[in-house]
Amino acid sequence: MAITNDEVKKIAQLAGLQVTEADIATYADNLSNILNLVGQMDNADTSEVKPMAHPFDNSARLRADVVSEQDQRDALLAIAPETESGLYLVPKVIEE
Amino acid sequence: MEWEAVIGLEVHAQLNTKSKIFSGSATNYGAMPNTQICDIDIGLPGVLPVLNMEAVHKAITFGVAIGAQINDQSVFARKNYFYPDLPKGYQISQFELPIVGVGHLDITLEDGRSRRIGVTRAHLEEDAGKSLHEDFQGLSGIDLNRAGIPLLEIVSEPDIRTAKEAVAYLKTLHNLVRYINICDGNMQEGSFRCDANVSVRPKGQEKFGTRTETKNLNSFRFVERAINYEIERQIEVIESGGVIMQETRLFNADTNETKMMRSKEDANDYRYFPDPDLLPVRVTAEQIRQIKSTLPELPAEKQQRFVDDLHLSTDTATTLVSNKALADYFETGLKAAPEHGQLVANWVIGELLGALNKASLDITQCPIPAEHIGTLVARIIDKTISTKIAKTVFETMFNGEGTPDEIIEAKGLKQVTDTAEIEKMVDEIITQFPEQLADYRSGKDKLFGFFVGQAMKASKGKANPAQLNEILKTKLQN
Repeated sequence: MAITNDEVKKIAQLAGLQVTEADIATYADNLSNILNLVGQMDNADTSEVKPMAHPFDNSARLRADVVSEQDQRDALLAIAPETESGLYLVPKVIEE
Repeated sequence: MEWEAVIGLEVHAQLNTKSKIFSGSATNYGAMPNTQICDIDIGLPGVLPVLNMEAVHKAITFGVAIGAQINDQSVFARKNYFYPDLPKGYQISQFELPIVGVGHLDITLEDGRSRRIGVTRAHLEEDAGKSLHEDFQGLSGIDLNRAGIPLLEIVSEPDIRTAKEAVAYLKTLHNLVRYINICDGNMQEGSFRCDANVSVRPKGQEKFGTRTETKNLNSFRFVERAINYEIERQIEVIESGGVIMQETRLFNADTNETKMMRSKEDANDYRYFPDPDLLPVRVTAEQIRQIKSTLPELPAEKQQRFVDDLHLSTDTATTLVSNKALADYFETGLKAAPEHGQLVANWVIGELLGALNKASLDITQCPIPAEHIGTLVARIIDKTISTKIAKTVFETMFNGEGTPDEIIEAKGLKQVTDTAEIEKMVDEIITQFPEQLADYRSGKDKLFGFFVGQAMKASKGKANPAQLNEILKTKLQN
């Protein structure tokens, strides 16, 4: 299984990563190798192997509908680089 | 060529829980920005979401109310995309295994016809925060109070054919979520939002055309206008030789137009995968049975009961059940005049809604307690007052000046039913107007109305109209 250069570009765009043109071939190579490794594992016969412990037979623990959090705006805004009037400030993003 | 539209609606209903879907933050609308957030809502590293049982309960309640299959196992998935009001970089939603499966909603159209619209699914997810794009010197402000408020996304089948049907479906759904108390339905505040998928095809063709999705329709009127605009636009494009592109569009309420927001090529690839932080949600048959048994009377059932048991006209029943608060008001009022459903309903729908409308109030802000409307009707029935006087009493009540009995007493409005008293009054009137009397007796029948008017005026409107007519007729002839 091989990842193409175009697929690398698409993945980078979706993940919000800047990838230089020079690096694309290397990434395509590395990602293809990872998939090939997984492909190798696919070939192993596991029909007689019992699954390890896993949590999927459990179901979600639910919580009661109770407000347990206080207003902690000052603390939660203090960790952001820029704020104003109680809002987080971010570079302008409007979908056009 | 004759065209047919194919419409499917996606509704996001905010569930009216006290706390958020995965955290213990409050959910009140209109709080100061970022005062209802916690480490989970803003996606700090290392936090874990814990599902709110009330959100699950409300989702199941909805499923039961639309006769849907409730999936005994449903799974939360991550929908990945980047936007500043989505702190984690993904929205926790449900993808392959939603909590509510296929159900349906019956709608009534303006001409009285009924149609069944399929509901494909309804799934739980978290709302995103809000971005404010003004006044920050080229930056955007982010308020995360809304981030994590539980949403139920309700997806219809593409069963809808006209904008009017779409509105009927939405109104029915909007009414239902309030009846079963899972959503406050406040469209201005964004508690109930709609996206419309629209395509057109030549009438008779089975295959669907390419559809567009119009987002953010926050009033019934906008839904109707946006869909009609989109249908016309698509027909025009195709008839002039063009092709419809699959794209997301935004409705502009000022111009009544939809505008392209992004095309399919730029569309996000959300790369859904099961959220490893959350285990599957299991629902037992016992849980469903219990919710079913505590389900309140649904609008359609209430309407049927109003027609069958209270003998209301279908129109009246439809109007009353279209708003739960209105139906409750009517039923409370009815207790004072239980045998006279239609009359109580007429007062509620006619006088009361008219007066509320004029005062720009809704039924929940009504200045007249429901019991008093019932008493008013009871006083008409027991002939304490005439219908005409009742209107005066009504207006006085609307101004907050007491109960019907207090008003009738204080203003001396009690109807005169004493025959001797009315006769005396009539005698006086007849002697006051000898010329009119002569004219009447010589054949000017129309003057009868004149005498009724004079007598009523003399009695200050309190004479029993039927008795007065009777007595006048006899006396005028002699």
